[in-house]
Amino acid sequence: MKFLKTLIIIFLLQSKVYALIEVDITRGNLSPLPIAVAPLSSDKKTLSEIEKNLKIKNIGSEISKVVENNLKATGLFNPLNKDSFLQESDIAHLKPRFEDWKLIKAQGLITGKVEIIEGNLRIEFRLWDVLAAKEMIALAFTTVPKNWRRVGHIISDKVYERLTGEKGYFDTRIIYVAEEGPKIKRIKKLAIMDQDGFNVKYLTLGNELVLTPRFNPTNQMVTYLSYFRNLPRVYLLDIETGIQEVVGDFPGMTFAPRFSPDGKKIIMSFASDGNSDIYTMDLENRIVERITNHSSIDTSPSYSPNGKYICFNSDRSGYQQIYVMKSDGSKVKRISFGKGLYGTPVWSPRGDLIAFTKLHKGKFYIGVMRADGSGERLLTENFYQEAPSWSPNGRVLIFYRETKTDEKGEGFSAKLWSIDLTGYNERQVRTKTDASDPSWSSLLSN
Amino acid sequence: MYSLFVKKNFPFDLNIAFSAFFHLLIIVVATISLPFLAKKPIDLPPIISVELIQITDKTNIPFAPKAKKIIEKVKEKEKERVVSEQAPPKKIKKEKPDVVPLPDEKIEKVKKIEEKKQNPEKIETEIKQVSEFEKEELFDPNTIAALIDKSKEEFAETLEKTDKVTQSQNKNAERVGLSLSEEDALKAQIFGCWSIPLGLPYNENLLVRIKLRLKPDGTVSKSEILDHARMNKPGQGFYKVLAESALRAIRLCQPLRVPTTGYERWKDLQLNFDAKEMLKG
Repeated sequence: MKFLKTLIIIFLLQSKVYALIEVDITRGNLSPLPIAVAPLSSDKKTLSEIEKNLKIKNIGSEISKVVENNLKATGLFNPLNKDSFLQESDIAHLKPRFEDWKLIKAQGLITGKVEIIEGNLRIEFRLWDVLAAKEMIALAFTTVPKNWRRVGHIISDKVYERLTGEKGYFDTRIIYVAEEGPKIKRIKKLAIMDQDGFNVKYLTLGNELVLTPRFNPTNQMVTYLSYFRNLPRVYLLDIETGIQEVVGDFPGMTFAPRFSPDGKKIIMSFASDGNSDIYTMDLENRIVERITNHSSIDTSPSYSPNGKYICFNSDRSGYQQIYVMKSDGSKVKRISFGKGLYGTPVWSPRGDLIAFTKLHKGKFYIGVMRADGSGERLLTENFYQEAPSWSPNGRVLIFYRETKTDEKGEGFSAKLWSIDLTGYNERQVRTKTDASDPSWSSLLSN
Repeated sequence: MYSLFVKKNFPFDLNIAFSAFFHLLIIVVATISLPFLAKKPIDLPPIISVELIQITDKTNIPFAPKAKKIIEKVKEKEKERVVSEQAPPKKIKKEKPDVVPLPDEKIEKVKKIEEKKQNPEKIETEIKQVSEFEKEELFDPNTIAALIDKSKEEFAETLEKTDKVTQSQNKNAERVGLSLSEEDALKAQIFGCWSIPLGLPYNENLLVRIKLRLKPDGTVSKSEILDHARMNKPGQGFYKVLAESALRAIRLCQPLRVPTTGYERWKDLQLNFDAKEMLKG
């Protein structure tokens, strides 16, 4: 009997089950992810051929530098110093020794190789999760050798997308107004460059004043304002063919143009008799439609990514503020209520935020707010800055900033700057000349 | 037991049938559970010591013979004690330079302590820990000072190496969950390892639940994302990124800062990673 009792007690003790302990992790560190970008390896034949044609000594190393700079500029990654690498790059394209990369605290690793095959550049690259010791992506593609910088941008995009979950913005271009000369006699030309400031090309000669260039989100068309023969008009320019045309024949001034999300319409302001309203023009049938009809100045229109809404600024309340309306002009609603003046609203490609310029107490701010006007955040403050433009993934804003002129009328400069949504990662974008009015293209490759 | 089920007015044959059935049931239960019991890893030494402390405190169940002897000794010392409870342990401090062991001796002492931890029969150290907890009953500044000194001289190295929560933080080992200090220690460790992908949207439901099977030393033997199916669904790129970052954090943090005792209690652990507050800024 005693034995039986003991058995039952043992059985009951045995069946004791602990509840699963749950621990909530709601904080982490915001430091950039340490990543190692190993130089892409290449054979001797490729190296000599590239050196002969492109005058580049080590193509693999140069491509890895492009990737490294791109990732660093995001503020989300910390590319590790190549001097600390323990494994040689010429074997890194096979399978890395993860222990070596763990030792230098890398959490991600990019390896790859470049080779010339029938005159084309073939690139193979891999992204490794060092801690899990597994491959995250492996891709290969072929291009012409002189496109080698784009190779770096494409690799950056793929790595960025795999590690952040959102599309990259590196294989993109920026169109802007290149400025030269003294402030009172500025020469302004349309210019285009890669997002990292390389491969600059000028699209106009500088004979006429050009302003507010904007990319078509679906192709390589650009719309901008030009004072050709001292008549301010909105123009269309095909970057690939160089063909230009005037948008519509309006009896007054047209300005602040921007494409609709599908690229089929242009929305702009038309000023006549001291009043300014918003109009659209269908690029296929050239039909013009009036969207706002108010005695105040309505300008700087921008479509929401789904094309259903338009944000713009207007002084109908007495001060310049931001408004949102349906794309047919109905249901106009004011969304900015903070102190100061609000202008140049731009809807984010994600659809959740609207970027704007704010003037308050003599200072200019670049900020963002939700589409309903809530959650206003000022990202950066300066003496003069305006015209924010979104990166295609809606994470970074590019804008221009001017410096004060001294008493002699010197010291003036205008430069492009970028800032991400956190407000911490602010960087100057490299340009050869002074620059203003930037506009970011969509991704060139998907 | 038998009398519980057998009623007097039942016929004899039925009684035998009852008896046979229950005997058979017990044999089956024993056959199933006993081998299973034998297979289970037994983590007795630390658990016994901690439970012993708490149960004694509340119910006066007698100590194990060895423990009783030691406690009696401690109590005798307490009676003989001349210094007051509040007296500063100056004398001990003075003695300290004379007592400092040679490097070789230090190593020997550390080894001895490790042996004690692994050997269930030697419970002397556990009892000393009892006296630290039960200050009201067994308060002895000399002993405490000695313990502090020991902890400085002998335990420091071991603790730094293992980087675990000390047993003093584990007062509530009997509780089902982790104590607040245990949970805080674990959280703080993972906070430091988790690089939150800053590109994630804050307005989406991105809670990643990871179930872990831990080894007694805090290393992870198995990890499982509970909503694993979501990882490969189209449009769930952000979830995948967050889940991968959480897994990286766990790998980077290994061994996890878990309590030194109560392995059965925390061997299965679920971590819920939620970056919403951080992403909102």
